[in-house]
Amino acid sequence: MANHETLKRPIKDLVADVKAGKLSAVELVRASLERIDQTWDYNAIIEKNPQALRDAEAIDKRIKAGEDLPLGGIPYIAKDNYLTFDTHTTASSNILKSYEAIYEGQVIKRLKAAGAIMVAKANLDAFAHGSSTENSDFGVTKNPVDPTRVPGGSSGGSAAAVALGQACFATGTDTGSSVRLPASFCGVVGMMPSYGLVSRSGVVAMGSSFDTMGVLTNHVEDVGYLFNITAGKDPMDSTTVERADSYLLPEKPKPLKGLKAAVIKEYMAEGIDPGVRAVIQHSVDEMKAAGAEIHEISIPLLEKALGAYYILVPAEVSSNLARHDGVRYGYSSPNATNLEETYFLSRQEGFGAEAKRRIMIGTYVLSSGYYDAYYKRAQKVRTLLINEFKKAFEKYDVLLGPVAPTPAFKIGERAQDPVQMYLADICTVAVNLAGSCGISVPAGESDGLPVGLQIIGPQQGEVKTLEVAQATETLLAKQGAHA
Amino acid sequence: MPDDDMTSLGILAHPTYTYAMSKIGTTQVERIARLARINLSPEEVAKMSVELGTIMEFVEQLQSIDVTDVEPTDQVTGLVDVWREDEVKSFGDRELLLKNAPQTKDGYIVVKRVLNG
Repeated sequence: MANHETLKRPIKDLVADVKAGKLSAVELVRASLERIDQTWDYNAIIEKNPQALRDAEAIDKRIKAGEDLPLGGIPYIAKDNYLTFDTHTTASSNILKSYEAIYEGQVIKRLKAAGAIMVAKANLDAFAHGSSTENSDFGVTKNPVDPTRVPGGSSGGSAAAVALGQACFATGTDTGSSVRLPASFCGVVGMMPSYGLVSRSGVVAMGSSFDTMGVLTNHVEDVGYLFNITAGKDPMDSTTVERADSYLLPEKPKPLKGLKAAVIKEYMAEGIDPGVRAVIQHSVDEMKAAGAEIHEISIPLLEKALGAYYILVPAEVSSNLARHDGVRYGYSSPNATNLEETYFLSRQEGFGAEAKRRIMIGTYVLSSGYYDAYYKRAQKVRTLLINEFKKAFEKYDVLLGPVAPTPAFKIGERAQDPVQMYLADICTVAVNLAGSCGISVPAGESDGLPVGLQIIGPQQGEVKTLEVAQATETLLAKQGAHA
Repeated sequence: MPDDDMTSLGILAHPTYTYAMSKIGTTQVERIARLARINLSPEEVAKMSVELGTIMEFVEQLQSIDVTDVEPTDQVTGLVDVWREDEVKSFGDRELLLKNAPQTKDGYIVVKRVLNG
């Protein structure tokens, strides 16, 4: 009988077993749904897909009829900012609480066409604004490793779901840290592709020049397997770029010998938890011992890059959230007496505190008299940062560092240690500013809590980055890796 | 959501980063809220004044970076002039398009009156 442990096996092995008739889609989906029920209290899930078993039966029939489906029978969970049929799409916000998508996300379509079955929608910080899922309008998700702690965010429900074995993988989105941070906090693999590799069509927009469509998985090879299905041009997203021929990883990891990498000095500086630093240092030492040539690189601009992020993303957020007017869809205030009040009151009553804060900052930096001083200057700083990354990747294949300065923090704790919280996204936002790709690979523990190693690759450098991640994952698993 | 729910941006409002005087007064906050078409309660305005002030104070660090002759980045892919045919395609399902609207009548979305009177 398939159970949640079965769901943690590599995806391609499960697909092979379903194809060979050793497992069925129904069996896997049933295991998934049972596990979701068993672990419901973690609040990783907002809504189950009532059609999941029906979909699984249909897939089993197609496979029996000889159809070759690369994800045939694989249950997965979609972050609730991906537009899907058969469930609501809320982005974990009250303003979209009863929203039903009228078209599907491009990623969802591609996964479906490959034979994957969506079993549920995952919790997130409302509109993906946050690093802990505490901003969800439907309650925080609990970290499976320690339920008194946050799972990270914004794809916290997705990461917790994968860690709990609720499905074989989950989709996520990463605008500043949102796939990598929860992956690090929950001890799973999470990768954001370069901007433009995977279509944003049919995903609730946050920062349109930053949003990337990533995945959370149990194995690095699963990421490659999934990107091989989701990546590539989409006429519905004009920012999509040409993909590589294949993202599939070899059975045996490529050796690290000959790899040229650099640890980012600023990401190992004061303010980083000593336990986290020790895990990263240990990983680097192991990679060196395996033959990788690893240097240190200093990019002083990184510290100020956070400021650029805090201007540009809220600016894009405020533009994207302007569509929520209480007229065409979403929450509409019953207290409004005219059209203008419909706008003002629906937005006041429908948006949570964080969305409001970001709308306000964004509106401010885009407003007349402040545009050049803030928005345009931040765009120029972004250019400088892109140049720094380009220079770094002329010398190195990948850059290394922690994903987050600390392991998972306690639910509600952040106010007590504000400097740590302020730093939560500090090691990740630059990758989004530069449009690079990045992956979090479980690398060890600090005080019993998972710590992810961040491997950053250049734009469209997914293949190399995945190869390095796979080799490192294998290496650290062999070493027992816990610092 | 509790009022003390600190967030990645809200955290900047912690006393560590709070300057004696908020640079963004309540009148300014009300002006921005009006531009953003959001009603804010007096409590929200007061809180937002402090938070916005400290956040903007924080991003002031960008002013120290020399950006002379640097081109702004709008998008990172390097793609230019992605053209497509400008053709109308029918979505087909009118019912589906309207099903999320708060109020509809005879296949149209109903809006509240535009002018008071």
